[in-house]
Amino acid sequence: MTDGLHPALFYLVGALLIPLLRGRARQVCQIVVPLLAIACVLALDPGSYGLVTFAGRELVMVQVDRLSLVFGVVFTLMSLIGMVYALHVHRPGEHIAAFLYVGSALIVVFAGDFFTLFVGWEVMAFASAYLIFAQGGRAALGAGYRYLLVHVTGGVCLLAGIVLYTIASGTALFGPLPADGSLAYYLILCGFLLNAAVPPLNAWLTDAYPEATVTGAVFLCAFTTKTAVYVLIRAYPAAEILVVLGVIMALYGVVYAVLENDCRRLLGYHIVSQVGYMVAGVGIGTELALNGATAHAFAHILYKALLFMGAGAVIYMTGRRKLTELGGLYRTMPLTLTLYMIGAFAISAFPFFSGFVSKSMVIAAAAGDNRALATLLLTMASSGTFLHTGLKLPYYMFFGKDCGLRPAEPPRNMLLGMGLAAFFCIAIGVYPDMLYRMLPFPVDFVPYTGAHVTGSLGILLFTGLGFFLFLRHLDPKDTVSLDTDWFYRKGARAFLWFAERPVARYEGVVSELANTVALRSLRLGARAGLWFDINVVDAVVNGVANMTLRGGALLRRLQTGVLSHYATAMVAGLFVSLLLYALFTEGGR
Amino acid sequence: MIARLVRFFGDPEPARLRIRLSCLLLGVVVLADLVVNREHAAFAWDHWPGWSALYGFISCVVLIFASKWLGRWARLVRREDYYD
Repeated sequence: MTDGLHPALFYLVGALLIPLLRGRARQVCQIVVPLLAIACVLALDPGSYGLVTFAGRELVMVQVDRLSLVFGVVFTLMSLIGMVYALHVHRPGEHIAAFLYVGSALIVVFAGDFFTLFVGWEVMAFASAYLIFAQGGRAALGAGYRYLLVHVTGGVCLLAGIVLYTIASGTALFGPLPADGSLAYYLILCGFLLNAAVPPLNAWLTDAYPEATVTGAVFLCAFTTKTAVYVLIRAYPAAEILVVLGVIMALYGVVYAVLENDCRRLLGYHIVSQVGYMVAGVGIGTELALNGATAHAFAHILYKALLFMGAGAVIYMTGRRKLTELGGLYRTMPLTLTLYMIGAFAISAFPFFSGFVSKSMVIAAAAGDNRALATLLLTMASSGTFLHTGLKLPYYMFFGKDCGLRPAEPPRNMLLGMGLAAFFCIAIGVYPDMLYRMLPFPVDFVPYTGAHVTGSLGILLFTGLGFFLFLRHLDPKDTVSLDTDWFYRKGARAFLWFAERPVARYEGVVSELANTVALRSLRLGARAGLWFDINVVDAVVNGVANMTLRGGALLRRLQTGVLSHYATAMVAGLFVSLLLYALFTEGGR
Repeated sequence: MIARLVRFFGDPEPARLRIRLSCLLLGVVVLADLVVNREHAAFAWDHWPGWSALYGFISCVVLIFASKWLGRWARLVRREDYYD
């Protein structure tokens, strides 16, 4: 790699070019940028690049090793597929957001330090939120704001952890965190788990993804949760709590999928379920398990995008998203159905499809680590995966009750995007070495053994038997299922109610009191003061003044200025004084 | 060809053939499970032929009914306009 040529740069430049270009030129840009980025990633040599010192800490902007490379390859490949699928979209905003989203995901994947990682992490949140807002309408705006608020909260949690960790350890370099039970350890873990959609921090995903644009959801389903898996592999390998959380996740998603009616929300619950395998793999922490988590992330990005593209194509052509309103589309959309089913077979881990060679690594790692319960529960979850994505969704969408719609196949570019993803779903299943060669550790795992093939087929086909026997119990209904977003959706309402009712009422009562009691008594007081001022204070002042005036006038009258008057007064005074003296001395004897 | 394959799965006419083929497939999988090599099995149940078929069926039934029950018991399922 030439120093300074980060694969994310192509996307950032692409995002700048998109608004300047029109028509065919923009479409060429949409395809050329991912192609150049793929070439750039494939040409990267392991090592550390872009070393800078910031705030006294050494930062590594680009850290290339086998783990970051495999994620870099699948992210750039996915961006190509997503852009082919979105070629018909004319609004430049969505493409800009998608490019920024992929670019920032690559910044995270190649980040060698926590600060670079955090920058990518936050740009991802904002760029991806635009793909939800772009759908427009009340539901999308609400979901977009909730998505953004949850991710910003997670980002603050992560940043707090990073700051504490950097202060405590003296380094900002991104690597395995010491399991010292410190606050920083758990804050960073919470930030990562939120993006990985680990229950109870999962609801942002199933709340927001179904509200995104048809093409935006394809990008959304690929990057956020998988960058989270990547950072977990790097920072928290063999953290035991992740095994428990991963197994819970895997089952949580399939349980909710039974109750779901919205096709993309159902697929969203299967992201939660599938990421559960990866999180469990990180928790098991053996080389096979970490390889499995990585391989499953790689395969998952491609088949989940294919499933979202299939469901998106149906939404695009029919304008409907609920299973209760769909059905019978196989007559006019056979290609979409076939491509969707390739994704469904891949996620269900049918032999010769990608999920078979990746999911089995995680389950084999659990078995190899003697975790019987985890193995059984993860196997049960994979039965649920086929039950919903392979049977329930296609049955009610393409077969089942005829909804009367006869939509055509989607535009050719959408079919081509799906075709590309389908190609890789099969190619990885048929030639697993293609994927295994890229994994971080040497692979000593053979997926195609007789027992594994018949075991998987047994699980899957008898799940199919159960589905058709109990079909009517799976009929979708016009309902919503409460998830952990209930707490903040209802919590926000409770907060608003609190603000509108008790607080606003208290404020009203205080104003009323001020207006009536306080103001009136103040007025009365003021009036009394005025009366007191006029009648008492002024009277006294005036009285004193009048007295002085009158006294002065009297004195002035006395002072006549005639000497004989003064002399008479003095003599009279003297006379009175003598008389008084004589009287008192006489009395004293 | 794809359209024809899809019609085979969707149209009502070949229903009987579909069921027969499905039963045949289930039978073949169980039979194959009886003869495969199980040297590398990690747990006791991995040595039982047909275990995966049984566990797959049980898993499917448990997931359907446990989820339904949980949806009712914990009142997770609400009317569509619940948040409006």
